[in-house]
Amino acid sequence: MPDPIEIASATPPKTRWQRIVDSDIFFSYSRSPVTIIASAMALTLVLMAALAPWVAPHTPFNPSTVELMDGFTPPGGEAFSGKTYLLGTDDQGRDLLSTIMYGSRVSLFVGFAATVFAMVLGISLGLAAGYRGGLLDTIIMRVADVQLSFPAILIALLIFGVARGLIPPERQENTAIWVLILAIGLSNWAQFARTVRGTTMVERQKDYVSAARLLGRHPLAIVTKHVLPNVLGPVLVIATISLALAIIEEATLSFLGVGVPPTQPSLGTLIRIGQRFLFSGEWWILAFPAFTLILLALSVNLLGDWLRDALNPRLRK
Amino acid sequence: MFAFILRRLLQSVVVMLVVALIAFLIFRYVGDPIVSMVGVETRIEDQEVMRDRLGLNDPFYAQFWTFLTNAVRGEFGISYRLQQPVLRLISERLPATLELAFVSAMLALVMGVLLGIYTALKSRSALSGIIMAGSLVGVSLPTFLIGIGLIYVFAVELQWLPSFGRGDTVQIGAWRTGFLTETGLKSLILPAITLSLFQMTLIMRLVRAEMLEVLRTDYIRFARARGLPERVINFRHALKNTLVPVITITGLQLGAVIAFAIVTETVFQWPGVGSLFITSVQAVDVPVMAAYLMFIAFVFVLINLIVDILYYLVDPRLRVDGRSGGH
Repeated sequence: MPDPIEIASATPPKTRWQRIVDSDIFFSYSRSPVTIIASAMALTLVLMAALAPWVAPHTPFNPSTVELMDGFTPPGGEAFSGKTYLLGTDDQGRDLLSTIMYGSRVSLFVGFAATVFAMVLGISLGLAAGYRGGLLDTIIMRVADVQLSFPAILIALLIFGVARGLIPPERQENTAIWVLILAIGLSNWAQFARTVRGTTMVERQKDYVSAARLLGRHPLAIVTKHVLPNVLGPVLVIATISLALAIIEEATLSFLGVGVPPTQPSLGTLIRIGQRFLFSGEWWILAFPAFTLILLALSVNLLGDWLRDALNPRLRK
Repeated sequence: MFAFILRRLLQSVVVMLVVALIAFLIFRYVGDPIVSMVGVETRIEDQEVMRDRLGLNDPFYAQFWTFLTNAVRGEFGISYRLQQPVLRLISERLPATLELAFVSAMLALVMGVLLGIYTALKSRSALSGIIMAGSLVGVSLPTFLIGIGLIYVFAVELQWLPSFGRGDTVQIGAWRTGFLTETGLKSLILPAITLSLFQMTLIMRLVRAEMLEVLRTDYIRFARARGLPERVINFRHALKNTLVPVITITGLQLGAVIAFAIVTETVFQWPGVGSLFITSVQAVDVPVMAAYLMFIAFVFVLINLIVDILYYLVDPRLRVDGRSGGH
């Protein structure tokens, strides 16, 4: 019987790129036009946000460059100062395209940071609950159950309110964005914990874990080095979907006026501002930020849906 | 049966106690109650006297006990911001929220079930495709944008419906209702649609999935073989068996509707408890926040309890094995 290692080395080694192209995931990606469009859209929005300080046509939050007389310029129209603004300006003469770019930057930063926070917290608690079992498991999962039966937005609001009461007023403006990340993260960890716990309980029964345990490895090492890589598939799907949720949650909180400070507006804050001009006919101040938010949430959602189907072997044909 | 209800009741009490503890911690330790009431300019000695008189120097468990007994009687102290008893503030605004939540839940249930049946029975038609695609977009849209969109179309452009407030209301005893006046009913339409859309898509998808499942079962095929008319098969045989999970989900979502009303109430300036909560969070009005937390938790626990018991009564399969009832 030939040694399997020899057979493997007989074929020329594949490059990393080749392996990606040959994978099932890439195949399912190339077959789904909706996913390709969604990822292109998401990538464009992320790049626009990330590169805002370099590519934005104006610096909207620097008072010295904003022309107050240019306020309420409609999209593409010529402003009082002679400049043109592609998407128009808001009441204070700030270029909407630039505010949207900077706004998506805040929205995406809060969304990503909150999701990473929720993910780390949820994975740790899920691993602990699933691997240890017993009382720890009961307590963590009970808390997760109770929390999952309340809407995330309510929990985030409460955490935000409490943090606001605990932080002295003069430091609130600088800490607001972190409080927001904490609130959204804490309201979304339970999904991760629940999934990771379930997978961990399955993995714990497997031989490789027993082998590692027999070798006398520290439980922490077993969990992080051996179990963790095997639970990451489903986590990736939840992370994508919860990124979309976190972006919407941030927008909702900022829209309600309890999110980021007005000096650092996110898409939600821009929509809150734009809503004031709904009745006076300056539709663009509201429409463009709203449209950007919809595109962002929709494209991330579509990517999450696709990822869930692509990673689920039962749905593969 | 009795043991099951007792156990669920006990669980509910434990959850309420935990929530009460959280509410108490917020109430007691977020900000200084004395400073919030009398301001920082009062002399320290006077503050100490007041602290003693209000029992703020008592041991922790004694204070928690006082909080609990007061909470049971509905006493949550005085709002820092509005200087009125919290109980009165909430009970004044509760009818507005409950009417909105009730109409939304009904709308979501009726429309959700109807659309679900349609998309399941006519799963190949173009209209079903449009409805399904629309529901996907509806789920990923934030509630407040849907509200703003509706305001723009129906209040700004068409000018058919009012965009904010409750319209004229009629006071009946302690209840202030908007159901009895024309402006009241008109004002209700847009917020109710906004609030119901998310639950509607949820119910629709659930009904559709359940219906498709049931329509594949043997007894439906047998009914068809017996030559029963389609209408009887679809509605008497299939629909009836899909309704148990639908009613459960709708019941459980009722709590979510009340909580989501926070956003809808803000968009439409609806004078309910949700908008009271938002302004309280902004102003760190701790007594109102604690009371609202207790109120929402109570609603959730109560609904969960009722749904669990109903489920137990409706679904005979759960009754065979008394130990695993409820889940």
